[in-house]
Amino acid sequence: MEIVISIMIGVLFTVATYLLLSRSLLRVIFGTLLMSHGAHLLLITMAGLQRGAPPLLNLEASGYTDPLPQAMVLTAIVISFGVTSFILVLAYRIYKVHKTDDLDELRGSADE
Amino acid sequence: MNNLVILPVLLPFITGAILILFYKRIGVQRFLSSVSAVGMLVLAIYLAYHVYQQGIVVLELGNWPAPFGIVMVADIFATIMLILSSIVGVVCLFFAFQTITKEREKTFFYPFYFFLLTGVNGAFLTGDLFNLFVFFEVMLIASYVLIVMGGTKYQLRESFKYVIINMFSSALFLVAIAYLYSVTGTVNMAHLGERVAELEQSGVLNVIAVLLLIVFSVKGALFPLYFWLPRSYYGPPAAIAALFGGLLTKVGIYAIIRTFTLIFNHDIAFTHKGIITVLAGFTMLLGVLGAVSQFDFKRILSYHIISQVGYMVMGLGIYTPIAVAGAIYYIVHHIIVKSALFLFAGATQRITGTTDLKQMGGLLKTHPYLAWMFFITALSLAGIPPLSGFFSKFPIIVSGFGEGQHVIAGVALLVGFLTLFSMIKIFQYAFWGKQKHTEAQAKIPAGKMLLPTIPLVALTIILGLAAEPIFQYSMQAAEQIMDPSIYIESVLKE
Repeated sequence: MEIVISIMIGVLFTVATYLLLSRSLLRVIFGTLLMSHGAHLLLITMAGLQRGAPPLLNLEASGYTDPLPQAMVLTAIVISFGVTSFILVLAYRIYKVHKTDDLDELRGSADE
Repeated sequence: MNNLVILPVLLPFITGAILILFYKRIGVQRFLSSVSAVGMLVLAIYLAYHVYQQGIVVLELGNWPAPFGIVMVADIFATIMLILSSIVGVVCLFFAFQTITKEREKTFFYPFYFFLLTGVNGAFLTGDLFNLFVFFEVMLIASYVLIVMGGTKYQLRESFKYVIINMFSSALFLVAIAYLYSVTGTVNMAHLGERVAELEQSGVLNVIAVLLLIVFSVKGALFPLYFWLPRSYYGPPAAIAALFGGLLTKVGIYAIIRTFTLIFNHDIAFTHKGIITVLAGFTMLLGVLGAVSQFDFKRILSYHIISQVGYMVMGLGIYTPIAVAGAIYYIVHHIIVKSALFLFAGATQRITGTTDLKQMGGLLKTHPYLAWMFFITALSLAGIPPLSGFFSKFPIIVSGFGEGQHVIAGVALLVGFLTLFSMIKIFQYAFWGKQKHTEAQAKIPAGKMLLPTIPLVALTIILGLAAEPIFQYSMQAAEQIMDPSIYIESVLKE
């Protein structure tokens, strides 16, 4: 299972890199979104994908899962949602003010 | 157990939350925020005194014992940074009262100002790598809002790049935490220090160390990841640029010093002498060359941030107690001086209406106090003896020569010279020469704007004249962070 997810993380990072290098505002944002999802998956996979009961001592189970990566990944997902919604609004404002979504036209000129 | 440790995080957070409720009433916001900022300064000084007297203070949140629960740790280094962030917080706030526009005040300037301070203070106090990530994000999202606030064309364009590069480095930070967790099975920094020592830092741990260095280099603007800084710090108004230039990049440097003294200090030949020193040299040199080539007040200052970040990292790279103490002293000096310089840039911009040096001139005649205060601070930045800049560069460069790192120490000397050159260039173009601003502009009073910067100028003089006790203090901080067993023992209580 870890192998499959590791391959998927690789694919996510590849696609994210491709999108980050493109010229459109929205594609770049999708790129960062996919990259943070890749990082989240990596965080949960790196701790090992165990099966088991929730870590409560009075449960009678043969094994318990590690709660820490799940807590961390939940926090990270919330943060990435917040930042993504902020950057979507920012991109919308940029589009309205600059009348373009082409990053080539958003380059700064040297004489400012 | 000491709840005092978490107050510097909670106080700005609660203040920010309350200020949102009064977003239409600027007077109330100003009153509440100034009371809270001054309160934070008092609190930070009290905490520093407490830590100085009683050693490292640890708070285990929710009474969970250390490697399992979240800890907040205050050692001497962290409390020094706390005092600095509070000083800059107070000064920039009072400067913002004078200069910030009404529209920005009404669009939640003060709440986000305090959320930024929450993140910064939290990053200084946390003893847990994942919480460092969380506080970085709190700080960053507040900084995104502050940097774009006002929504001019330039700000929108450049802050998009700022946000993207920070999102990218945050994803890398998560990746580094994931690898570190899979190798060591913990995110508590004291516990990490212990585990990495047991595992003998080699192979994959060095990869993780370099990955973390990359992440913090993006936030701290180290070579070759500094290109975003000059453009994004140019856009926002002076009060925000001063806060960012003084404080925000230093959080990245703090994180580098913390992780590379506490966790990754077992392969010094590779990480410290090999990578960090070389990075420091290039950062210093290229930053100052950028500054020399510019003809814009704010841009020169932005490039100087880069070159001076190099000195701090160089102190870490040499890795002797005196060099690290010099790096800490340098952080203290630089936060104070750089904020002051950005505020002076804001004041001159307010008077002349431009930041282009070629369109300025003759401010010495019309605004002599501004000119001389700028002159003192500029000399301090370049490292002229009675001021704080000299005493912070001196230990770093001397221990560089002492350790046989002649190239880097020579680069540091050259960079000091070039810094002096570009600061004198500002003085020459903006303050000397023919008066290029109109008579109406010459009558704009600068006194009220300069009032908040007086403590900063006074501090750089005091730091220089009282170098002995302050260097002793940073020496103690350096000895404490150079011996990670003190930190580890007080967190894990073994």
